[in-house]
Amino acid sequence: MTAVTKPDDHPLDLEAALAESRVEELLATLDAELVGLIPVKTRIREIAALLLVEKLRGQAGLSAGSPSLHMSFTGNPGTGKTTVALRMAEILHRLGYVRKGHLVAVTRDDLVGQYIGHTAPKTKEVLKRAMGGVLFIDEAYFLYRPENERDYGQEAIEILLQVMENQRDDLVVILAGYKDRMVRFFQSNPGMSSRIAHHVDFPDYGADELEAIAGLMLDAMQYRLSADAERAFGDYIARRRSQPNFANARSIRNALDRARLRQANRLFARRGAALSRDDLMTIEADDILASRVFDETADDPSAPADA
Amino acid sequence: MRLTQGTFSFLPDLTDDQISAQIEYCLEQGWAMSIEHTDDPHPRNTYWEMYGNPMFDLHDASGVMMELKAAREKFPRQYIKLNAFDSTRGVESLRLSFIVHRPDHEPGFELVRHEAEGRHIRYTIRAYATERPEGERYG
Repeated sequence: MTAVTKPDDHPLDLEAALAESRVEELLATLDAELVGLIPVKTRIREIAALLLVEKLRGQAGLSAGSPSLHMSFTGNPGTGKTTVALRMAEILHRLGYVRKGHLVAVTRDDLVGQYIGHTAPKTKEVLKRAMGGVLFIDEAYFLYRPENERDYGQEAIEILLQVMENQRDDLVVILAGYKDRMVRFFQSNPGMSSRIAHHVDFPDYGADELEAIAGLMLDAMQYRLSADAERAFGDYIARRRSQPNFANARSIRNALDRARLRQANRLFARRGAALSRDDLMTIEADDILASRVFDETADDPSAPADA
Repeated sequence: MRLTQGTFSFLPDLTDDQISAQIEYCLEQGWAMSIEHTDDPHPRNTYWEMYGNPMFDLHDASGVMMELKAAREKFPRQYIKLNAFDSTRGVESLRLSFIVHRPDHEPGFELVRHEAEGRHIRYTIRAYATERPEGERYG
């Protein structure tokens, strides 16, 4: 009861706590480097605020039970789930919620064994590696295979649940995958669903957001688009989005990689001519227009769409 | 008689926090931790039983502490030690090894005199605990 009798006039400095955690700059880089994703950023801000307030509550002698921070990231491929998970680990580390702040990314193969007695040690090993940081389980719904009742995935889920519950201070688990399949996974595993406090949905990117992402990627790779190429790329994005297997930012990265390939080829073809630094950096419209996306005749849906 | 083998064995038993801090140091050095247990306290018994696999690529002591807790529950009446293995080329051996759990009662060792040829006497020691078969000692 000492907590209640503590004098109220002792000021608690939220600003100082914020400055000390240096989380603000991390959130700023998050804003600068991740395009769009408004609901995700809002949720991250909320979590950061909650953790800071909990810290202050602890300093003020109020009860500060560490909140459960297991999360589920749902969204289509290429919407930035892994990238955000990496940032999340860093943010939670700065806020002092996890001790080390590393990210261990795994899939079903890393958790589930191949014979009886193989799964438990395997899952535990992964959990031990992730302790002090964040465990990111990609396509988590593969852990549960309802069609095979003797599937070892169930065993892995049980061990996960146990550690998620008992060692909440030691690690944060993030499950990721497509939205509809994750919803079904949670329906068939109510225990898992109830232990996950934050369900974050990653929306698909709009055309302008994809262009902004392309701009950031090109900056990082030290390339640039000529004015014509920029227009062509806008056209490319519009066409590519309507095609099957569109994977948001990942498709954009692949498209840029192939444009670089064609640019290199083009520069190579005109051997003998002098090359300027500018030539090496610039991607022309032709490099983009050569993509199969623009080929109206090739309307074969079975062909790999990313070519 | 208190068994003194490995590092820290002349100090009072380490608390869990102290053990955790030692593990943290080992992990910082990049060493891999492993847990071993035995119920044969003879000093020449260098090969203890492994408890689980050695733990590589850990970042935090809590993973080792989780295993240690499980080992203590499984073998409450045995010696348990933690080893830190340095895989640096040219070293490739244990850097640190210390006992983290011991039986409640340690009966100690008997001095055995063996009368050899002539009037020679050879001395050896034998743990009282090993009178019983393996697994039933320190009962």
